[in-house]
Amino acid sequence: MQMPVPDARLLDRKSAIVARLRAALPADAVIDAPTETRAYECDGLTAYRCPPLAVVLPRSTAEVSAVLAICHDERVPVVPRGSGTSLAGGALPTADSVILGVARLNAVIETNYADRYIRVQSGRTNLSVTGAVEADGFFYAPDPSSQLACAIAGNIAMNSGGAHCLKYGVTTNNLLGVTLVQMDGTVVELGGPWMDPGGLDLLGVVCGSEGQLGVVTEATLRILPKPEGARPVLMGFASNEVAGACVSDIIKAGILPVAIEFMDRPCIRACEDFAHAGYPDCEALLIVEVEGSEAEIDDQLGRIMEIARRHDPVELRESRSEEESRRIWLGRKSAFGAMGQINDYMCLDGTIPVSALPLVLRRIGEMSREFGLDVANVFHAGDGNMHPLILFDASKPGDLERCEDFGAAILRLCVEVGGCLTGEHGVGVEKRDLMSVQFSTADMEAQMRVKDVFDPSWLMNPAKVFPLELTAGRRAG
Amino acid sequence: MRPQSETELAELIRSANGPLAIRGGGTRMIGRAASGERLETVELSSIRLYEPGALTLVAGAGTPLAEIEAVLAAEGQRLPFEPPDMRGLLGSEGQSTIGGVVAANASGPRRVQAGACRDSLIGVRFVDGSGTIVKNGGRVMKNVTGYDLVKLVAGSYGTLGVLSEVSFKVLPAPEAEATLLLSDLDPVRAVEAMSAALGSPFEVTGAARQVDGTTAFRVEGLDLSVRYRVGRLTELLGRWGDPQVELGTASAGRWAEIRDVKAFHGREGDVWRLSVAPSTAPGLLDRLDAEALQLDWGGGLIWALVSEGTDLRARLGPIAGHATLVRASEPIRAMIPAFPPEAPPIAALTRGLRARFDPRGILNPGLMD
Repeated sequence: MQMPVPDARLLDRKSAIVARLRAALPADAVIDAPTETRAYECDGLTAYRCPPLAVVLPRSTAEVSAVLAICHDERVPVVPRGSGTSLAGGALPTADSVILGVARLNAVIETNYADRYIRVQSGRTNLSVTGAVEADGFFYAPDPSSQLACAIAGNIAMNSGGAHCLKYGVTTNNLLGVTLVQMDGTVVELGGPWMDPGGLDLLGVVCGSEGQLGVVTEATLRILPKPEGARPVLMGFASNEVAGACVSDIIKAGILPVAIEFMDRPCIRACEDFAHAGYPDCEALLIVEVEGSEAEIDDQLGRIMEIARRHDPVELRESRSEEESRRIWLGRKSAFGAMGQINDYMCLDGTIPVSALPLVLRRIGEMSREFGLDVANVFHAGDGNMHPLILFDASKPGDLERCEDFGAAILRLCVEVGGCLTGEHGVGVEKRDLMSVQFSTADMEAQMRVKDVFDPSWLMNPAKVFPLELTAGRRAG
Repeated sequence: MRPQSETELAELIRSANGPLAIRGGGTRMIGRAASGERLETVELSSIRLYEPGALTLVAGAGTPLAEIEAVLAAEGQRLPFEPPDMRGLLGSEGQSTIGGVVAANASGPRRVQAGACRDSLIGVRFVDGSGTIVKNGGRVMKNVTGYDLVKLVAGSYGTLGVLSEVSFKVLPAPEAEATLLLSDLDPVRAVEAMSAALGSPFEVTGAARQVDGTTAFRVEGLDLSVRYRVGRLTELLGRWGDPQVELGTASAGRWAEIRDVKAFHGREGDVWRLSVAPSTAPGLLDRLDAEALQLDWGGGLIWALVSEGTDLRARLGPIAGHATLVRASEPIRAMIPAFPPEAPPIAALTRGLRARFDPRGILNPGLMD
């Protein structure tokens, strides 16, 4: 994968740039020793690494603004970083860039239960937002699998989803406002604890812009009352097609589960070995979860299981206890980790129309044989967001490249059937060069115009999202 | 001009040599009267894809809202965001189009629970001010590929581009609905009660204080759930009174009236809507000096009927939130901007976006200024 050639002028000016940053920030907030910047050389996409020029860890919006003003003045690219859990290389540095980490911005600023929002600094982790309000019966809905570690800043940058977004939506549907610091240091407030914008929905385009429009330092998030209870049911089927048909029938019946998760055989096995969730031995497994009071759950699960029975399940089992529910979800949420114990893997994130599911799984199986690499499939079936995990051996020459080619072929297939390259992980550097599979140049030009407005010098999070050849002229400008 | 296809729409915009007044069905007019040649999308009318099992619908921008609602209803589904019918309030005629709904980000009482129009919108195709066709998003409900222009275009009233196609995530229509009613609550107590209900796990899908002081709470869902939640909410709301319960069509009819602000229909005066944090609403109401008031979205949306020519923003001064002038005579709309002024750095961003999406400034020029 190609990255822009670092600007030699900036590499030469490193000590001067670091000195200016040091003058503006407390001593411990600027890191430039190569031994220490190494910790920031990659994110969750560990196949690609590059130590940055320096790392800054500001503690306030004012400090973020000061850093950005200096970098703007010096024309230094800035790579914003939440917790560094991106699977798409969204926080991959360039050698001439400054990493701006928001990890120290982790305070809760305000909670308001009457108006159902919380205002936090953006470095706060996703799970700890819920942690701040759950004793009072509330939660923050988007729940990416990395929620223990990932930061709200990164969630906003990537418009993160999770397992429960069939009912609760993704980050953009739960975000009311942000404090955004633009590349030149200008601080703007977008939105607030009210429900619609007064003019253009700038907040809507900032969310999901992969840290390329500015640095979010604070966010106002919608919090929701916790449901009275939740209960998953496990359904095993003899084939992927049957499982897919069952999902469609559940949705058509007018029942909206809070989550419908799908796993295929290789994934079921790995998760079972790892989490001992009691998953059945079968070709395809669905975890369907519903919420409400005990009686409401019985009613919904009764109807769902009635539909499932029409598809001859090889297993149909309601969770009987909190502990069993916890293990069922642990299995699913640790799918990536479980696979990682067996193999190196690459995790894809394309979305497809739910109706294309059987076709896409069949094609992936065929391609798996063509490329000679195994695949495990786990995905959010209600919304069609797939996570095929391609297994490879990083120590074997050529395996990574073959894996990447296979991954690209799967993503092309997702687009071909009417879906998209990424449902919740973001484009980052990983899928940057595939953007033209989904979008025409005019489509991408329209998106890049937004960046022209927010970051005219194209310094913020360089070389992500758009193919390099399309952005070269702008980055040089 | 009524282009028959997206290609023709693009051609017309490319070859335009003056301002264009963009129009869907013309039922949600807002802001200064648009000058320029009228460009209507009504011929871009067809439902291009509807997959009930995938909760997805794609339609041409000129498709009548009523047609879409009927097609969804036939499969027991609906648009989640309950778009209002503005004809009664604005005195407009004709057929609302789905593109117009999107251009106005029109969202009704269910906004509090199911999100706004922009939250259900998963894809758009539009033609920008240079005549270039742009697509963004798609037909799948989880999609973070590239920047989210879908949200930017929703609510931009045709000023960044003319919509040609829109895609939605739809939802099952509920098996049952019920409304709990409390009478004679002052605004402070009404907002308290609405906050308590919306902060409960009983999935309240509407909370409004009507003009006559009646405070309404709606629940929707499976039959058993609705009965259960009515019982639990009756207990919860006991502090504020003994709620009456309305079911089925009576409940649906009431929410249609709230959605369309029926209480203001046929009454003289200007209509404003204020978007605020619910708990701040009661403190603003006295200062509005309004002839009639409706609170929706648990208090977060204030509809105010005020005497003609009132500049509500000047009267209130700075507020946490914003005020939009929805209905007034043409001379008043020429004097008082419909949309709230933006802070200078935000105004600069807005100007920059308009200049790039519509470099000649021909799409509904001045409408959102």
